[in-house]
Amino acid sequence: MIVVENLHRHFGGFRAVDGASLKIETGSITGLIGPNGAGKTTLFNVVAGRLPPTSGRVVMDGEDITGMAPHELFAKGLLRTFQIAHEFGSMTVRENLMMVPAAQSGESLWNACFRRGAVAAEEKRLRDKADEVLEFLTISHLADQRASNISGGQKKLLELGRTMMVDAKIVFLDEVGAGVNRTLLNTIGDAIVRLNKERGYTFCVIEHDMDFIARLCNPVICMAEGKVLAQGTVEEVKNDERVIEAYLGTGLKNKVKEEAAHG
Amino acid sequence: MDFLNALVALLNFVVIPGVAYGSQLALGALGVTLIFGVLRFSNFAHGDTMAFGTAIVIMFTWLFQSWGISFGPLPTALLALPFGIAATAALVLATDAGIYKFYRRQKAAPIILVIVSAGVMFVMNGLVRLIIGVEERNFTDGARFLLDGNTFKAATGLAEPLVIKTTVAVTVVVAVICVAALFWFLQKTRTGKSMRAFSDNEDLALLSGINPDRVVQVTWIIAAALAVIAGTLYGLDKSFRPFVYFQLLLPVFAAAVVGGLGSPLGAIAGGYIVALSEVVLTYAWKKVATYVLPDSLAPDGLMQLLSTDYKVAVSFSILIIVLLFMPTGIFKGK
Repeated sequence: MIVVENLHRHFGGFRAVDGASLKIETGSITGLIGPNGAGKTTLFNVVAGRLPPTSGRVVMDGEDITGMAPHELFAKGLLRTFQIAHEFGSMTVRENLMMVPAAQSGESLWNACFRRGAVAAEEKRLRDKADEVLEFLTISHLADQRASNISGGQKKLLELGRTMMVDAKIVFLDEVGAGVNRTLLNTIGDAIVRLNKERGYTFCVIEHDMDFIARLCNPVICMAEGKVLAQGTVEEVKNDERVIEAYLGTGLKNKVKEEAAHG
Repeated sequence: MDFLNALVALLNFVVIPGVAYGSQLALGALGVTLIFGVLRFSNFAHGDTMAFGTAIVIMFTWLFQSWGISFGPLPTALLALPFGIAATAALVLATDAGIYKFYRRQKAAPIILVIVSAGVMFVMNGLVRLIIGVEERNFTDGARFLLDGNTFKAATGLAEPLVIKTTVAVTVVVAVICVAALFWFLQKTRTGKSMRAFSDNEDLALLSGINPDRVVQVTWIIAAALAVIAGTLYGLDKSFRPFVYFQLLLPVFAAAVVGGLGSPLGAIAGGYIVALSEVVLTYAWKKVATYVLPDSLAPDGLMQLLSTDYKVAVSFSILIIVLLFMPTGIFKGK
């Protein structure tokens, strides 16, 4: 379980995250929604160790993980993906996946020089694992392509695949569906549900596509202006006055209400 | 016969010195390019890192010589190399921990780091002069020639001698071994792959559980080793003067930029391109021309395109031409 307590992250005078508190239950697929500029990605950046918080705490399973470096969080099973997919462009898709698991026996120069057998066995194990992940994500045919050459949607799948190379506990997905076509989005959605059910991954998903959120997520948290506005099931959050206001503005909200009353 | 003589003269005065100098530049440029790839700044202190390492190697060489230890026909300095590398690695790691790390924490812009490295350069510059002084030092020993001129002339009956100095042969062999080891390291070992990944995409590398401190340390150690080896080979081949090493920074950078900053293959190609250009443009071609051309066309002058004083200008010109027409270098760096 991740608990975020009264988290602040300011950029100069701008309060990107302004006292956000929330909980992500173990085993859930928690959706994080909110209008653009609500502070969702900044929250991810702080929780995942890319930015230090201005103040506040992040606790994972009872342990304070505030301000830890990304590679330390990785070792604890906390992973994230990026809004704009990142990849090692000069390596193949398979190599991209094989990069992930840290601290293998090939890590030490001594082993690399003098225990070639052990390193080779490890490489083989990694390669099999990577192939299995690609199979799971239905992109086996891309294994030997350079990662810079695959499509945007496929890169998103690769991002998801990266989290499958290790036994992640909790994965933060930042707009995993942005710029992805419907079919591929369904593939991604299925993969998320299966990982959640079969391997017990906890997910926290930022997404603007409400159908996608409705299909996968429970509960849903809505942020606006750096604060948490509402939390609950999709329906509850969708019908929350403050949420509607945050998305549409007060004027438009009244108009929508009027129309609803007349129609 | 004349044609063969011309060929031998060409080999002797252009190709062999060019290749030796190119190997030295390539090793230096590899260090610059690795630092650029991983730490994302141009390390102006690299020339003085070479000087510092070489100075330590020279002191150990003297020590070994005073103990009567030698390396047979090979220069004693090769035995002193590991000590020079260890001392230089310690120095750059201390510099990193004390100085560069602070700026990384601040997420300083690359240009700030470049200026910082210029500061480090001046300090190292002074340090080297403090340790070993400013005089010219010749520290090569062992056999002077692998192939000397008279043996060659006697064996082939040509008028032109072909000379291969031991230091030249050592330079080429050591450079080949270093480059092979480096590429094996970058391609095959986990740490090498981490370095490539880090250079490719820092954010993602961090997310893949790669420890950035470790990658940075390994990069510094490798860059230091390459700098010391390059500096020692250059010193063996020519001589050691701190001032000259400071100036070597320019051709080393030109080599790294020509090949494409961040690309190890590019650094090697760049090293040879810069070195051969320097030699070809400043060599007096009269001798070769006299052999090849008929007597009526024999040149009066030296047929030297540029005086050797303009050697430095060659690197500068290459640098400017590449930046104008191919800003990312031949091998598409950053």
